[in-house]
Amino acid sequence: MKKKKSLERIVFTSESEFPLMPMSLGTMHYNRTGAWRNIKPVIELDKCIQCGICWKFCPDVAILIQDEWPVVDYDYCKGCGICAEECPPKCIAMVEEEK
Amino acid sequence: MKKVIMGNHALSWGAQLGRAQVIAAYPITPQTQVVELLSEMCASKALDAKFINVESEHSAMAALLGASIAGARTFTATSSHGLALMHELLHWAGLGRLPVVMGNINRAMAPGWSIWADQNDSLSQRDTGWMQYYCASNQEVLDTTIQAFKVSEALAIPAMIMLDAFTLSHTYEVVDIPDQDKVDKYLPPFQPKLRLSSDDPHAFGGLTSPEHYYELRYKLQKDMERAPALIEKTGQEYEKMFGRRLGLAEDYQCSDAEILFITSATAGYTARVAVDALRAEGIKAGNLRLRVFRPFPFDKVREVAGRAGRVAVVDRNLSWGCHGIFYQEVKSALYGHTDGLPIYGYVAGLGGRDITPETFKEIARDALSRKKNEPAEEIVWIGVKR
Repeated sequence: MKKKKSLERIVFTSESEFPLMPMSLGTMHYNRTGAWRNIKPVIELDKCIQCGICWKFCPDVAILIQDEWPVVDYDYCKGCGICAEECPPKCIAMVEEEK
Repeated sequence: MKKVIMGNHALSWGAQLGRAQVIAAYPITPQTQVVELLSEMCASKALDAKFINVESEHSAMAALLGASIAGARTFTATSSHGLALMHELLHWAGLGRLPVVMGNINRAMAPGWSIWADQNDSLSQRDTGWMQYYCASNQEVLDTTIQAFKVSEALAIPAMIMLDAFTLSHTYEVVDIPDQDKVDKYLPPFQPKLRLSSDDPHAFGGLTSPEHYYELRYKLQKDMERAPALIEKTGQEYEKMFGRRLGLAEDYQCSDAEILFITSATAGYTARVAVDALRAEGIKAGNLRLRVFRPFPFDKVREVAGRAGRVAVVDRNLSWGCHGIFYQEVKSALYGHTDGLPIYGYVAGLGGRDITPETFKEIARDALSRKKNEPAEEIVWIGVKR
């Protein structure tokens, strides 16, 4: 995530080459939006009840369920804090990001 | 098959015959029956479409944007404040080149709270990149809906189809409902130009720098400029198959008109009655009813108005601090083309006040009484209680 991926850049020279609507070259997988984050969710699994609510509410699909436990995908988590707000046993803390 | 149906149901039948695949809509007076019938058609499987109930018109259009980019033929209907709530997303459809087709019942904007006919709702959406059709009969509503899918999908430009509140939306008329297999021949399945697909994933509508944005808009305008010829062509094809012509405008007794009305929507049919009455009195009147407002039918207006003695544009709308909106556009179309032709702007019927044959007779008398070399009056109010 620290390493900035060199982006392929296309410059059109004639309107006839343009698509009708701007579109990405492929998926947005390369766009690691986790770099935007100021605070990050840290899950205390001892208190986790495995309800899946954080997974369900995450607007960026950045919480994965691995072996039945939630795991934050820090490559894409923007640190919005919705998971921490919604977590019933309050086992997700939002922690200052260290740069 | 002939049926007696209301104007709103003519939209529903048009969407069914056009085989809309995704419909998302929110009810609003006087549009409600459009989506009521469509939801019944979906429930009974007469129409094989996904009907999405949404919590607002903003969401209705948002849902259709997603469905359209995924390759579905999409339809919705709204009116007035519902259309206004869609405003942001109308740009997303128009500038995103997604051929959504939508019925809009022309209803006055509040306050004062009103449910009656007035064109300011749709004309406020003039610059969102949508084509605009204004209809005068239930038959025309059904036929135009089918034609709109064909034209919109060919050009990747969405279209709204206007019906005057109550005057058309709730009026029952005999409508010839064409056979499905014939409509299928006229309107083949939607072939999207861009498609959201997991086989070839792309994100659409992202950040576009000044280096590229300008050309995207150039392309939209160029395709809009192709639309008038395509509307005429698909209208002639429709006539060959179904016997009814769907052009940019309908001219009635225009070849020798000393007074030419330029009208739209149901007032355009009322004008024909007035033309007959005026001709019986010896006044050579004619009527040009514009079916299409965007793209503006410049050539048709120039051709017909060029033969007229005087032009009276009748607007059921007004751009505050300026003039009637069709009047502004007709004047701009004729500038430099018809030297010395007097063009008068008449505002009538705002908020559903009736426009009757008598209204047009009054307009003709007024227009013919003016001295030809005097500057034209920009707004003549018809029937204001002063």
